[in-house]
Amino acid sequence: MADLSTNIAGIKSPNPFWLASAPPTNSGYQVQRAFEAGWGGAVWKTLGDPILNVSSRFAAVSFNGQKVAGFNNIELITDRPLEVNLKEIYETKKKYPNHAIIASLMVEPKQEKWHEIVKKVEEVGVDGLELNFGCPHGMAERGMGAASGQVPALVEQQTYWVKEVAKTPVIVKLTPNITDITATAEAAVNGGADAISMINTINSLAGVDIETWNTIPHVGGKGAHGGYCGPAVKPIALNMVGECARNSRIDVPISGIGGISNWQDAVEFMLMGSTSVQVCTAAMHHGFRIVEDMIDGLNHYLDRKGIASVNEIIGKSVPKYSDWGDLDLNYQIVAHINNDVCINCNKCHIACEDTSHQCIEMLTGTDGKPYLQVREEDCVGCNLCSIVCPVDGAIDMIEKPNELQPMTWNERQEAIANISYVANSTAK
Amino acid sequence: MKSDRKETLAALKRNFEEVEPPFSKHDALDEANRCLYCYDAPCIQACPTGIDIPSFIKKIATDNLFGSAKTIMSANPVGASCARVCPTEELCEGACVLNHSTKPILIGNLQRYATDWAINNEATLFHAGKPNGKKVAIIGSGPAGLSAARELARMGYKVTIYEAESEAGGLNTYGIVSFRLPQKISFWEVEQVKKLNVEIVTNTRVGVDISAKEILEQNDAVVLAIGMSSVPALGIVGEDLDGVHDAIEFVKETKIAPIHDNLYKKRVAVIGAGNTAIDAATCSVRLGADNVKILYRRTLAEMTAYDFEYEFAKQDGVEFRWLTAPVEILGDEEGKVTGIKCVKMTLSEPGEDGRRRPVPLNDSEFTIEVDAVIKAIGQSRYIDLIEQFDISHDGGVVTIDSESYQTSNSKVFACGDCIFGKGQGEAMVVSAAQQGKASAISIHRSLLKETIETA
Repeated sequence: MADLSTNIAGIKSPNPFWLASAPPTNSGYQVQRAFEAGWGGAVWKTLGDPILNVSSRFAAVSFNGQKVAGFNNIELITDRPLEVNLKEIYETKKKYPNHAIIASLMVEPKQEKWHEIVKKVEEVGVDGLELNFGCPHGMAERGMGAASGQVPALVEQQTYWVKEVAKTPVIVKLTPNITDITATAEAAVNGGADAISMINTINSLAGVDIETWNTIPHVGGKGAHGGYCGPAVKPIALNMVGECARNSRIDVPISGIGGISNWQDAVEFMLMGSTSVQVCTAAMHHGFRIVEDMIDGLNHYLDRKGIASVNEIIGKSVPKYSDWGDLDLNYQIVAHINNDVCINCNKCHIACEDTSHQCIEMLTGTDGKPYLQVREEDCVGCNLCSIVCPVDGAIDMIEKPNELQPMTWNERQEAIANISYVANSTAK
Repeated sequence: MKSDRKETLAALKRNFEEVEPPFSKHDALDEANRCLYCYDAPCIQACPTGIDIPSFIKKIATDNLFGSAKTIMSANPVGASCARVCPTEELCEGACVLNHSTKPILIGNLQRYATDWAINNEATLFHAGKPNGKKVAIIGSGPAGLSAARELARMGYKVTIYEAESEAGGLNTYGIVSFRLPQKISFWEVEQVKKLNVEIVTNTRVGVDISAKEILEQNDAVVLAIGMSSVPALGIVGEDLDGVHDAIEFVKETKIAPIHDNLYKKRVAVIGAGNTAIDAATCSVRLGADNVKILYRRTLAEMTAYDFEYEFAKQDGVEFRWLTAPVEILGDEEGKVTGIKCVKMTLSEPGEDGRRRPVPLNDSEFTIEVDAVIKAIGQSRYIDLIEQFDISHDGGVVTIDSESYQTSNSKVFACGDCIFGKGQGEAMVVSAAQQGKASAISIHRSLLKETIETA
């Protein structure tokens, strides 16, 4: 069995699986149940001045009958008194000294407010702090959460205030509701953050009831935007983690969040630069017990790969993540249809014919049976046919060797510039 | 050999290949993702071995097949066989909550998918425990014996299994038709147990090749997992004729010897309507018999075969003749079976076992022309062996404490078919596996207690 123990900016946990700051970490009872189930750490539901919540808070998006493809919430930070939360954090930490408890914090953007809460939570023995600059609803309208998190200067300033007094590692949690997340990530680093976590939820409206014309969810006939999370947001989160991980100015560890539902998702986030991962929606869908397969699956994966420690996979795919301009324009793949596996649904044909490059032909064999064939010379290797194909192994995307040297767009532009330069020089 | 006979034999052989095709990866993922992953799931409650079914299915969905197989096999040491032979409609799948909304998850197929992965990938799922210096002998290497051995070996016991046959696996190796349970599955499960340093002494019949006394003296505890014996006599004229078979031996033959054409284009009568009778009947069909009839003195309602087996046999073309009892097997001058004389029965008041008793109708005799008769009216018991161990039994059904599986000799525990009957136990492979596990835990408790007391 591989070593799963994790250390992110000095915060240690028996495994990389943390519960994200959210409804599952609302109380000591819940966090202790989670630790019993196997979770390595928990980011306590955001502490701050207690708020009032509305009733009817969650909504989810089903996709083709699969429940909770995406999840939307309009719940705010903790609605319990700070003292109660602090007491339960103290008790939980005492009972589970080897598990990580991180306090998520959100206060008004004032130095003294941050100093006050940091001191209070560190007194009860938390292992670290996570600054919630991401909550997109309710709190943002009060100048907190995403409202702070969308302004790099505010991120930097508040992180700095926290670092003035914090004795434990400080993680800054970033909002995805921004054009370029590396801007706020960099601001957090400049403010002294020991780590960053991402992504918080994405502004969303889960749906509209086409019979009543109400929003989903609605509070007595009225709705407001919520925060979107769950499996649907994973690609967005993974990109943001990757963008930060490959940015040399963002030189702090990352805790990855966003649609992580199983060990495979966790491995993907770690390969893309996450040191730990945080989970919420999957636990809300199935209960804390899902962590058992996360740990078990990760363990067997590492064993199968002959990797002794989970830390060895962190960031391994980051060097493979680049800019479009660095991709080889001369690399070529083409689709190949395996007719013995193909079930003749013709989905690849119509996808290609109507929406791609018209290179999959519907033919009839000498035996009278229909079959599909790719006209390779016209295939651009877009992958669409293999994406819509319902059968494993029916369409392979095959590398097509060619004589051409690798050449990226950037190299090409450079070469053209050189030629123009030479041409211009010669002309003179 | 003439080439058409060769072709016939080849065709008959193909009839014994596993009927149910395995799930493709696509099937498995679709089905696994359909599972609701219930909490405190009724399927777990319905499984005699308590496999954490939602968990193993979740692991299929996340492509953690090693973990999935381990979850299955840790609860059930013969989980690969059970994936194929369990009456899932009556157990896990019958309990699936989706029965109330759509259709139940095909748990057996998923269990087979995960265990097949472990078989094909030669996964080592378990390791022997640290030796604790205690020795346990297990008599019989069927599901109950293997299960007890696996658990004891994991707890550090030195386990020796004594097996009368040349191969281990008991019923799973010899008694369940190949087209439902190929022998290689049973052998894999045996290998898993052997890998834990369990010694399996085959070709050794306890009571003949080694005495019960010796075994008792040499070990700290003994597990009796001896199953049941051959089919008892019908007690009618003609039973010794050429063409009369014992169903257990008949099925065994199809598993250990090359498939024969002795029944090709012949007519067969199977007497009895339990699971073994179904196996014998469907085997006969697959051996090319032209007509196979099951003769049962009671009716469909009293039949002990599972519904799915009844359906399977019907689809194989087996005819069921209810309320029909044999009175004589007829033969020709060469001593070969030519027919079976039967009487029609009617059901009277319920007997001791609660089932309505069949009684013959007057003047109802008739003859069915057949070339072979297969007896499948239950199995007799190894009473001699049980008595060698000097433990209490009731007509060959070993008496046990229902909690601990301890027999009247505190050193001897019993599980599997040898404790089934007289209202005690269950006859399923999966129950035998659970009893084996439970016996191992009881032995551990009793020997551990001993250790503590002597310390």
